[in-house]
Amino acid sequence: MGTVRVIHVSERRRTLTFWERTYLLEVFRGLVLTARHFFVNLWRHSLWLVGVKSGPPGAATFQYPEVRRPQSPRLRTLHRLAKRPDGTPRCVACMMCETVCPAFCIKIVAEEVDDSSIEKRPKSFDIDIGRCVFCGFCVEACPEDAIRMDTGITEIGALSRDGMVLNIETLLSLPPKSERGDKPVDFLQQQLVQ
Amino acid sequence: MPKLTIDDRTIEVPAGTTVIQAAEKLGIYIPRYCYHPGLSIAGSCRMCLVEVEKAPKLQIACYTFVTDGMVVRTTTEKVTIARQAILEFLLANHPLDCPVCDQAGECKLQEFYMQFGQYDSTLLENKLKKHKAMPIGPHIMLDSERCILCSRCVRFVDEVTKTHELGIFNRGDHSELLPVKGVTVDNAYSGCLADVCPVGALTDRDFRFKVRVWYLDKTESVCHGCARGCNIEIHSNRRRTHHNDGRLIARLKPRFNGEVNHHWMCDTGRYSYKSIESDDRLVQPLVRLTGKGQEKSDWTLALAQIDEQVTHQVGRSGVAAAAVIATPALSNEELWAARGLFLQGMKIEKIAHRCTPDPNGVEDSLLRKTDTFPNSFGANLIIGQPHTADPTVDTILEAAAAGKIKTMFVIGGGLLERYSTDLLREKLRNVETLIAIQTHRSVLTEMATVALPMTSFAEMDGSICNFEGRVQRYNQAMPPVGQSRPLLDTLADLANRWELKTAPRQPENCFAELAQNAGYFAGLSYETLGDGGVNPSRRSATAATT
Repeated sequence: MGTVRVIHVSERRRTLTFWERTYLLEVFRGLVLTARHFFVNLWRHSLWLVGVKSGPPGAATFQYPEVRRPQSPRLRTLHRLAKRPDGTPRCVACMMCETVCPAFCIKIVAEEVDDSSIEKRPKSFDIDIGRCVFCGFCVEACPEDAIRMDTGITEIGALSRDGMVLNIETLLSLPPKSERGDKPVDFLQQQLVQ
Repeated sequence: MPKLTIDDRTIEVPAGTTVIQAAEKLGIYIPRYCYHPGLSIAGSCRMCLVEVEKAPKLQIACYTFVTDGMVVRTTTEKVTIARQAILEFLLANHPLDCPVCDQAGECKLQEFYMQFGQYDSTLLENKLKKHKAMPIGPHIMLDSERCILCSRCVRFVDEVTKTHELGIFNRGDHSELLPVKGVTVDNAYSGCLADVCPVGALTDRDFRFKVRVWYLDKTESVCHGCARGCNIEIHSNRRRTHHNDGRLIARLKPRFNGEVNHHWMCDTGRYSYKSIESDDRLVQPLVRLTGKGQEKSDWTLALAQIDEQVTHQVGRSGVAAAAVIATPALSNEELWAARGLFLQGMKIEKIAHRCTPDPNGVEDSLLRKTDTFPNSFGANLIIGQPHTADPTVDTILEAAAAGKIKTMFVIGGGLLERYSTDLLREKLRNVETLIAIQTHRSVLTEMATVALPMTSFAEMDGSICNFEGRVQRYNQAMPPVGQSRPLLDTLADLANRWELKTAPRQPENCFAELAQNAGYFAGLSYETLGDGGVNPSRRSATAATT
């Protein structure tokens, strides 16, 4: 058995010095710090604006929502269902994603198609985004490469719990980020329109 | 008897046993496709190759008979490499259909590939295209691309049903399983083809795309389609309720019982599960109040009504004008409880179970019996034998038509298959208080003073006796439909109201009471019945001879 080390955590707060207790001086010191950041950033932004400085300007604050952080191409974002060249869903309702989903948020109902080279397709395909944990297992399990998480949409909201359930039409209509470019999709707006 | 060693374990088996059977006795499972214990041996798939000492090549375990001193090894490297190569051949033309194939999840190709797969494909040639999604009969869908030509199905239609609808046509890798030209596979046991097929070539059209097999729960049960009492498994979809069209029971599968049905079951029984969750189930008690029409009701009110109406009617017209029809669709336990309440408790002498035979009953040499009641043997023992009167349902109906019966209980289904709706309406017209305890809505519930919903065999534990007298257990596979309740509960509630002796509400305890009182069931319990059932008549016969 090794020795047990006990760490005593002092509950006492550090006693303030006399100048700290006077308060006014500390407020002034704080103002100096803020002002220093302001002027340094002002200087860097000015240099960046006239083209002297390269790289990111000043402090790394993104002016959301006008400006957005760049996304890694591997980022798992909102799901979409890929289509075949003829526009039908690639999904064959094999239930792999539904089976593997740890959050039980995928519900698929299968139906038969007359085309014997396809045989099976999803009649409905619902993802409850409110329950999804964005683990990406569904994408990994899919044998048809039909479900993908490459829409680049991260702002997901709805006005009700039911609104968080995406149906097959929505999932098929979402474009991949590569097609959409940087053009933002206001997800809530899209939901409200439907 | 030859003594042989398999994987360093020794076993003595009778002469004429094959290596695959001997290994099975030791609990060693040798992979196989074409070998099926219920069919003749083909030896065509070569999957069961094993190493036999002193034999120059690997031998097929399914068609190598044991000899004394044989030494067999089933897990050597040589065997594994051979199985890998066999699988590569079998899969050479097999399509990558697993996502749409109903067999996925219970497919022997998938299972053995996990064990012996090559994983890296060495195939350069293109796969051959064959027929896909081809309905070859009312119940069976053929996909000949998926077929591995094991010929199990061909042997099934040749040897078991003797209908010869299927064959393997053409040569080499163009060989293809097809129905004989102009023939549909519509024999009475065609559903078994989907069971014998080890891959997804023959699948059940009824089950097509309903639910993935790995979502299903299995419950051991007994088919209630006829007096044979085939052992079955109820596959129910309890975990993902949005599949299978929202229904719980997805399919019935035969369960091996060498004494009853071997590996098979008929199509009538296989697809009989649809009535369990059909729309015409009685889901709520119905009560007819005096001077009013029939209304939907609840259990408390319905039971109170039965209490009041029956007490009133029996008080007025006497017990002699009361009758009970308890059909052999009921379990032993339910019949025992009915006997206890009506015959012993209420002293109703007219308690009938025997009906005219079902005109649709078919009999063949394989499984099907003309008697479409599952428990005629048990009903005869429990209701029929103890008292001499033993009227038939026909005599009761005649008496009712003559106005001699004022109070009547009709318990259990199966009457509508034998008597037409009009006939029943005509015969029961003079019955003043009709209590129907039924699973389905029918003319009986329509005419009833009080109609109570009861559970079907899938919603309740119980036991039935098949035509040979074999007592077999079945288990609850799903919760009761709607507001239906087990008959044992209903009868116990009625007995309590009339302050009569009640039978146990638990089927197991009820069966124990039955075993104590009825000689035929003596010494039996749910435990001793086990999964395969017991035939007491055969047991006593053997006891007498020894």
